[in-house]
Amino acid sequence: MKRRLFSFIGINFLRSSTLLSISFIFFLISIIILKGFQVINWEFITQPPKEFMTKGGIFPAIVGTFYLTFLSIIVASPIGILTGIFLVEYSRKNWFLSLIKITIGTLSGIPSIIFALFGLAIFVVLFRFGVSILSGGLTLAVMILPTIIKTTEEAIRTVPDNFREAAYALGAKKSETIIKVVLPVALPNILTGIIVSVGRAAGETAPILFTAATFYTRKLPKSIFEETMALPYHIYALMTEGTQAKSQVPIAYGTALVLLALVFLMNGFAIFIRYKMRRGKKW
Amino acid sequence: MVNERIDVKNLNLWFGENHILKNISFSIKKQNITAIIGPSGCGKTTLLRCFNRMHDLNEKVNIKGEIILDGENILSKKTDVFQLRMKVGMVFQKPNPFPKSILENILFGLKIKGIKNKEYMMQIVEEALKKAWLWDEVKDRLNKNALELSGGQQQRLCIARALATNPEVILFDEPTSALDPQSTLKIEELLLQLKKYVTVIIVTHNIGQAGRVSDFTAFLYLGELIEYGETKKMFTTPQNKKTEEYLSGRFG
Amino acid sequence: MLLERINILKKEIIEYAYFVEGMVTKSINSLFERNTKKLIEIIENDEKYANEKEVEIEELCIQTIAQFEPKVSDLRTIIMIIKMNNDFERIADHAVNISQSSIFILKNSEIIMKEMILEIYKKTISMFKDAITSFIEQDPKLAKNVCERDDEVDDLRDEVYHNYSKIIENHPEKSLSLLSTLKICSNLERIADLSTNISEDVIFILEGKIIKHYKDIQ
Repeated sequence: MKRRLFSFIGINFLRSSTLLSISFIFFLISIIILKGFQVINWEFITQPPKEFMTKGGIFPAIVGTFYLTFLSIIVASPIGILTGIFLVEYSRKNWFLSLIKITIGTLSGIPSIIFALFGLAIFVVLFRFGVSILSGGLTLAVMILPTIIKTTEEAIRTVPDNFREAAYALGAKKSETIIKVVLPVALPNILTGIIVSVGRAAGETAPILFTAATFYTRKLPKSIFEETMALPYHIYALMTEGTQAKSQVPIAYGTALVLLALVFLMNGFAIFIRYKMRRGKKW
Repeated sequence: MVNERIDVKNLNLWFGENHILKNISFSIKKQNITAIIGPSGCGKTTLLRCFNRMHDLNEKVNIKGEIILDGENILSKKTDVFQLRMKVGMVFQKPNPFPKSILENILFGLKIKGIKNKEYMMQIVEEALKKAWLWDEVKDRLNKNALELSGGQQQRLCIARALATNPEVILFDEPTSALDPQSTLKIEELLLQLKKYVTVIIVTHNIGQAGRVSDFTAFLYLGELIEYGETKKMFTTPQNKKTEEYLSGRFG
Repeated sequence: MLLERINILKKEIIEYAYFVEGMVTKSINSLFERNTKKLIEIIENDEKYANEKEVEIEELCIQTIAQFEPKVSDLRTIIMIIKMNNDFERIADHAVNISQSSIFILKNSEIIMKEMILEIYKKTISMFKDAITSFIEQDPKLAKNVCERDDEVDDLRDEVYHNYSKIIENHPEKSLSLLSTLKICSNLERIADLSTNISEDVIFILEGKIIKHYKDIQ
């Protein structure tokens, strides 16, 4: 009798927790949609802001976010993937390896604002890149690096050993095995990790705070050494530094909606690519 | 074939502190089928993997002794392991074709070898698939994913893949234990044909299979070579009591 | 695999059959041709070969059973081959006995009851040939037919005994030759018996029934 009671409570506890989680997400998305929807139109997406950010669009911010994200991915992906390969395939299980793993783990737990300060000190000041897309992109790259390393590691680890053995038995060297057998099989999962990181890089505010973002630029940035607008920063700026709250708050929500849509789009793209690749692999 | 035999001399293998293979010596006759039998855990697969230096991948393994193939000790540090593995192929217990097309599976070994001529490659592919009794079944769908084949077909594909590098020896590690009886029979008959092209060394825990298929049998027990000889003689009048007990099914 | 091995065994045993048949024919022909040299050949060379062959075939059968674990009709076939192998060696033995008796007769006198010996020989050798044929062609009817002819040979052999007692009354000096003649006929009759055994074994392979002592069952 007692057991039945416990089991009943248990299941319903699980059910209500799930319901709670779903409702949070639901509310979040609904609020953003409701509050930002009114501002969305073609002009919003393709035009720069006008009249002190009370009218016009957020096109420069969209472009800026693209540049920053693109740069961070270009930098972080090769480094991350190669590191992941090294950690799984080439490193020996000794104290050095454990040290590396702890370091990477720690890196992924660092608060994003600290990345901002790091980026400021190193890229903006020390390397003299100044507040620019370059500095912002590099800072974001450092931030997403641990994620890419981890997903690459996982992706490679889950490649079954029989494939490797088969390749070795045919006379393949280790590098040949990795390039011709392991990587193709692991690619869908590695890609997933990268595209998820894209979503993160696009949406983080803190790392680009002192390193790349600016409230307003008249023209679109022409080189990576220039500063730029960005979507997450734009939301922050409108809500904290804006002077015309009545018209600017809806714009902020509208920006949020665009950013959300972008992230969803990118994740959807990831899932689609992964699906396509998996159909050809099936194991 | 350069020499007629593959000689194993005083082969010892340690896994960490454990002495797994104890002073094994015997001579394998080329272009014959040699079976390695024995109860589980006696070291059969470990012994098999010495022939293509697969133990190199494991740091904890320490090997002493010699295996002489074509006048060379393949266990020496001077041996080009990668060339060796093209000479000595391997087929595993669970069929493991790459998750690529049938064609790409067979071309894999050829590309590693550095062969570039497309016509020549296709010729080898057809030959290998014919030798593995798979050509008729797949000739119209070489671009299909290898994993769509049945278990028995996949194993034959693995055999074709190994044959593509034109090896002298193919090692079989319990090749039919994951297959149904019909596929098993087909592969056993295939093995009997294969010995025209290669030397076959097969590990099997199935005594009946060893009897049906092999010309010579090596009986391993707890890492030691208890007896080695012609199968038909060993199966009727073995020299060693342990061999007699194992073959009668008294243990193992 | 197993099939190939059984075909090899069948080939070997049939060759052995023909060889042994040849020994019997050779012995009787050499007797009638008064060719002592050939009779000696049978004793010194042919017997040796026949014994070696028996050992060879038996070993091969045992190895086949050990390696291939044959079942049902394959198993029955191999067992029958082992039995036939045995029977052939005994027939070869009888051929040797006939040769030895023949040498004695040729040394000492003319051949007595030549026609009777010839008739027993013809019937016997035809039974043997048919028994082998029934194995090759897998013909149970022929095999049964062979079993039924055993009586005829028995009767002929009895007749020879009968004649023996008559002749020995009038010509006691021929007793040793007569004895040898008797021996020859007895050996031929034993060969006929063995041919009957072989036929019973053929029925065993084909019908799975063990038919021993066919006559008693009929």
